[in-house]
Amino acid sequence: MTELSKSGSALGEPVKDSPAPTAFLEVRDLKVHFPTDDGLVKSVDGLSFSLEKGKTLGIVGESGSGKSVTSLGIMGLHTTGQYGKRKAQISGEIWLDGTELLTADPDHVRKLRGREMAMIFQDPLSALHPYYTIGHQIVEAYRIHHDVDKKTARRRAIEMLDRVGIPQPDKRVDGYPHEFSGGMRQRAMIAMSLVNNPELLIADEPTTALDVTVQAQILDLIRDLQKEFGSAVIIITHDLGVVAELSDDLLVMYGGRCVERGPAEKVFYEPRHPYTWGLLGSMPRLDREQQERLIPVKGSPPSLINIPSGCAFNPRCPYADVPKDNVTRTVRPELTEVGSQHWAACHMTQEQRERIWTEEIAPKL
Amino acid sequence: MSEKPEDAAVTTSAQSDGAGPKPAAGTTLTKDAAPGETLLKVTGLQKHFPIRKGLLQRQVGAVRAVDGIDFEVKSGETLGVVGESGCGKSTMGRLITRLLEPTAGTVEFEGRDITHLGVSGMRPMRRDVQMIFQDPYSSLNPRHTIGTIIGAPFKLQGVTPEGGIKKEVQRLLSVVGLNPEHYNRYPHEFSGGQRQRIGIARALALNPKLVVADEPVSALDVSIQAQVVNLLDDLQQELGLTYVIIAHDLSVVRHVSDRIAVMYLGKIVELADRESLYKAPMHPYTKALMSAVPIPDPRRRAAKSERILLKGDVPSPISPPSGCRFHTRCWKATEICTTKEPPLLELKPGQQVACHHPENAEDQAPQDTVLLTAAKEAVELVPDAVVSADAAQKARAEATGEEPEDAK
Amino acid sequence: MLAYLFRRLFAAAVMLVVIILVVFCIFFLVPRWAGVDPATMFVGKQADPQAIEDVRQKLGLADPILVQVWEFFKGLFAGRTYAAGGDVTECAAPCFGYSFRNEQAIWPVLTDRFPVTLALALGAAVLWLLFGVAAGVLSALKRGSLWDRGAMVVALGGVSLPIYFTGLLSLAIFSYGLGWLDAQYVPLEESFGGWLGGMILPWITLAFLYAAMYARITRATMLEIMGEDYIRTARAKGLREPVVIGKHAMRSTMTPILTMLGMDLGALIGGAILTETTFSLPGLGAAVLKAISDKDLPVILGVTLITSLAVIVANLVVDILYAVIDPRVRLA
Repeated sequence: MTELSKSGSALGEPVKDSPAPTAFLEVRDLKVHFPTDDGLVKSVDGLSFSLEKGKTLGIVGESGSGKSVTSLGIMGLHTTGQYGKRKAQISGEIWLDGTELLTADPDHVRKLRGREMAMIFQDPLSALHPYYTIGHQIVEAYRIHHDVDKKTARRRAIEMLDRVGIPQPDKRVDGYPHEFSGGMRQRAMIAMSLVNNPELLIADEPTTALDVTVQAQILDLIRDLQKEFGSAVIIITHDLGVVAELSDDLLVMYGGRCVERGPAEKVFYEPRHPYTWGLLGSMPRLDREQQERLIPVKGSPPSLINIPSGCAFNPRCPYADVPKDNVTRTVRPELTEVGSQHWAACHMTQEQRERIWTEEIAPKL
Repeated sequence: MSEKPEDAAVTTSAQSDGAGPKPAAGTTLTKDAAPGETLLKVTGLQKHFPIRKGLLQRQVGAVRAVDGIDFEVKSGETLGVVGESGCGKSTMGRLITRLLEPTAGTVEFEGRDITHLGVSGMRPMRRDVQMIFQDPYSSLNPRHTIGTIIGAPFKLQGVTPEGGIKKEVQRLLSVVGLNPEHYNRYPHEFSGGQRQRIGIARALALNPKLVVADEPVSALDVSIQAQVVNLLDDLQQELGLTYVIIAHDLSVVRHVSDRIAVMYLGKIVELADRESLYKAPMHPYTKALMSAVPIPDPRRRAAKSERILLKGDVPSPISPPSGCRFHTRCWKATEICTTKEPPLLELKPGQQVACHHPENAEDQAPQDTVLLTAAKEAVELVPDAVVSADAAQKARAEATGEEPEDAK
Repeated sequence: MLAYLFRRLFAAAVMLVVIILVVFCIFFLVPRWAGVDPATMFVGKQADPQAIEDVRQKLGLADPILVQVWEFFKGLFAGRTYAAGGDVTECAAPCFGYSFRNEQAIWPVLTDRFPVTLALALGAAVLWLLFGVAAGVLSALKRGSLWDRGAMVVALGGVSLPIYFTGLLSLAIFSYGLGWLDAQYVPLEESFGGWLGGMILPWITLAFLYAAMYARITRATMLEIMGEDYIRTARAKGLREPVVIGKHAMRSTMTPILTMLGMDLGALIGGAILTETTFSLPGLGAAVLKAISDKDLPVILGVTLITSLAVIVANLVVDILYAVIDPRVRLA
């Protein structure tokens, strides 16, 4: 458990306007908005967190919660948004190892991409270029940041393919993505993202497109590689099982905002936000006795153009009327500390939440 | 490939089904088949997709998507079908709903052979067997209002429900939890979960007996998945429906199913009632599959040692491995597994398995003890707790029902 | 890759044979069913019956159909002999027959005119590829900008203005007005400078039409490709934007462009009739135009076969290039 308590320090609430963060990665009040014809899509709307080297942060949320947009924002990849021709409006601060990325020279950020921070994508088939061999793509990734000849880079590529468990790497290095199976492709993708020993690895739904037995292999691989390389890892997923496997800390996103964040154990065992309760109640679990019924969250995720006023979760929250004066519908709740290194954004009092969790929710899970 | 042993297995399973149908199903049942009676029977079902090449389109091989499977579905129960991509589970679903023509084998519905019925012969059948699809985005025609979509089955079948189509459609909408006033809206005005509800309403329109759902929730968000799972549950209770639910998510399948079939490369490797399957799986593949599911519990991470990591990927269904198809990845495989295909046998009441060396049961080929080289490599990925003889002994002793090595 | 190459070559050869058969049938059998006698067409309606009969004998038009087809094939690959009584004409391979009008052999006519058309098509193709693709890429990258809108308006103009309009306009301005270029075709053997001067306007006119189409296709494809996941991956590696576009995006953008190029080149070689007529170029198009008005079947037949061959060869080249660009194609 020492590991967990140490990880807690990574979650210090960032102090606004202090220019020198101590954490390896620190995101402060990040906003990513996309102007569209229908209105402003507030994909990420004020997100703050920090992460230390060697630690894994899990970001959990449903589609449209802003989790992928956050990762692309950190990587500086919002050059053309998926919402059309207009550029994304990004504000806030992203500090990576002492450099603020949003105000830095774009070419400097480009040099950090791939070397300091790398990314694994959900679907390796579409994320790898279909016309180039796996080896070519890895060599390219290596030679952008290392001034070596092709032969050395190729040796490095083979070495990486071997490390991620691809059999006969000296042959497969000349294979094309379509000649690889889904699992092998994701391994190659991981090899490519780790070829420069990045300090920060962002894995965006790295196993969602894979079968469950292959998913187990890949999760195992990511865990081993992290131990070996000591990078900071952000794992983005909708699957609470996957984050429970890998993460030290957990951040639950809803409607572009963080609703709860803390050490993984805390968030799983003492969740303090009704949305987290909803997620936990929605999943059938193999490790428990058969539940009679699942406890779903009513309604659908919010539109990012018209985020509900007050607490974004209030239309779906069964406890929206617990706090007085309709405050859940008018005032946006701030993250407040609900335990050691554990924050939640909810208007209910600590006592109310503890009581509801222990008496109403936990027994039914 | 011989299906004879499996034929025998089916008859035994018919006599002794471990999991009965849900009790509530009987109360409101208005169908012909009484609960517990066989509604659907599948024998030796095969579907080979030919691979053609060259100018003359010569057949050079076949994707053996479904390669000889037998099972029964009883009225009022839910049969879950799990497996990884390429195991043939979706093809199986399309075969039993006759959306695909089987290469061999028979499909009997209420005792009637429907395998080779033509379009007109199938029409009355289509009322009784309905399908729900995975993708709620592409399975609804964007140019039709949901009133038209849900009412279409009535028009196709030439049926006019009591009170008219519109009234019936509105009733169906409220049954699946949608606002009946949204009758005139178009699919794009609904969220993913709502669209899946529309798909369900359409499937229910003609009061079917059997609903085949292919990955009904996998395209939906977690919180929405639970809504749809609960809805399917409620509808079964109220309408006495029989489900075949095809899914890759083992937790969802366990939640919804009474009995579960595990498929691997076009074959059923294990078919058992839910409790037996999840507490004491017999097929090594079932065991590996279940241990691979990530558990949403950070404290369990310490218990990583229980995880069985399978080597490599699922082989191609074009040229599946000889003998037992799982032998290339199995840590228990011996010589016999490469040569003789294990029949699907009922080794315990309500639990059929196709394996020479099952877990939690008597070894079917005890004389064959020498592990294959591949199996020796595979065994390194299997935690000691699973492999050790002690565990096997214990499992055998407890095979009667108690879970041998629950990880709690 | 070799197997792929062999399969494509084989398919091309089969296609060629089938086309020859079909074309022969259409040209020699259909007129007969329509009640028109090719022999009459050869000699002319006013000729006496004996002359028509002689021609029929000589051209083998009285033979059974299969024999005619065989003779035609043999003529193409081995040469044939036309004989009727004492009147014997040797026709060396490849024998496309004789013109109904001036009794000249077709093949020399084709070889005479083919280079002109080929030069016109290839030269224009180089121009339209250079400018069309570049304009399309720039438009895609600066979507919504003034450049994009301007380029697309020009492209729309290029697509909708007919070649005889742009051709005559350019002639009026550059040749008659400014006097910069001669509107006269000069064979390459006579003077390279003269040839070049005569070809520049046709090239530009033709290229303008096609460049406009290619710009639009390139822009649309590029926009689609830039949204692909692997482009995001390329950026995530830290590649410079010019490399992302020039290497990763361009290679994918090339595939639909190549497909179009194969078809367009083939069609153009078959006769850029309008361009050749507008600029009085002695190419295949001009020849076929005259043959059509003269009802000179053998010439039309010859040009049709050459066109088919050109389309097949162009498509073969495109298929091979395709396989070089996209490794997945090699499997198919």
